[in-house]
Amino acid sequence: MSVKLTTRQIGDVTVIDAAGRITLGEGSSTFRDSIKELTAKGHKKVLLNLGDVSYIDSSGIGELVSGFTTVSNAGGQLKLLKLTKRIQDLLQITKLYTIFEVFDDEAAGLASFN
Amino acid sequence: MSNAENQTVVIVDQHLESTLDSVDASEERVKNLAAEIGFVEDDAYQLGYAVREAMVNAVVHGNGYSANKLVHFVLSRSGASIDILIEDEGQGFVPERQADPLAEENLLNQSGRGIMIIRAFVDEFSIERAATGGTRVFLRKSLPPGT
Repeated sequence: MSVKLTTRQIGDVTVIDAAGRITLGEGSSTFRDSIKELTAKGHKKVLLNLGDVSYIDSSGIGELVSGFTTVSNAGGQLKLLKLTKRIQDLLQITKLYTIFEVFDDEAAGLASFN
Repeated sequence: MSNAENQTVVIVDQHLESTLDSVDASEERVKNLAAEIGFVEDDAYQLGYAVREAMVNAVVHGNGYSANKLVHFVLSRSGASIDILIEDEGQGFVPERQADPLAEENLLNQSGRGIMIIRAFVDEFSIERAATGGTRVFLRKSLPPGT
């Protein structure tokens, strides 16, 4: 299964609930297109929920970084929510924990934007 | 090392098309073998992940998805490990020329992390230039104790 993205708006924060696999090909391009569309519409506070993402390859990790850069360059922030143990490990190996703000709790993630 | 540990059995020796379907199939085949042998789920996942990254490098960066180029994929096991050899027909790859993905100035690069993750997920990893000029990589993950 490729990635499925569902967007919720909570106040001025856009929460993206991702589910499935973010891998080279359809999964990563779906994610990239979604982030670009959100920033083009002026959404600058993005909380990406990865709790239901079962797998992310290095291409998918690259898309997370690209999404972070896209939102940052538009003057916004992209933060991560509910990382699985495997995604946590990947962010440790790649040192991306130093780049992303990560939250286990949605309320805390939402509050961090204000 | 005993004779049983030395004996290597080739499970798969195929020339695969340069497609993402080949990537998926290789990952799945390796994960299934790892599970059959008795790897715990996390170790099987790591080995499958490493193979996926190496296959993507061969299919995408080595062969450029070319319909005229194949990826040689060899999966074998001994009494001590699962071994994978992947060889593409590309122009070759010099890992020393790759930017350090952990350097602060490279952390926001979109790509360049695959080999680092492969190294983290297997026990042995090597890259060399194949006789054809392409890239040959070797991955080894040790069997769990007691298998």
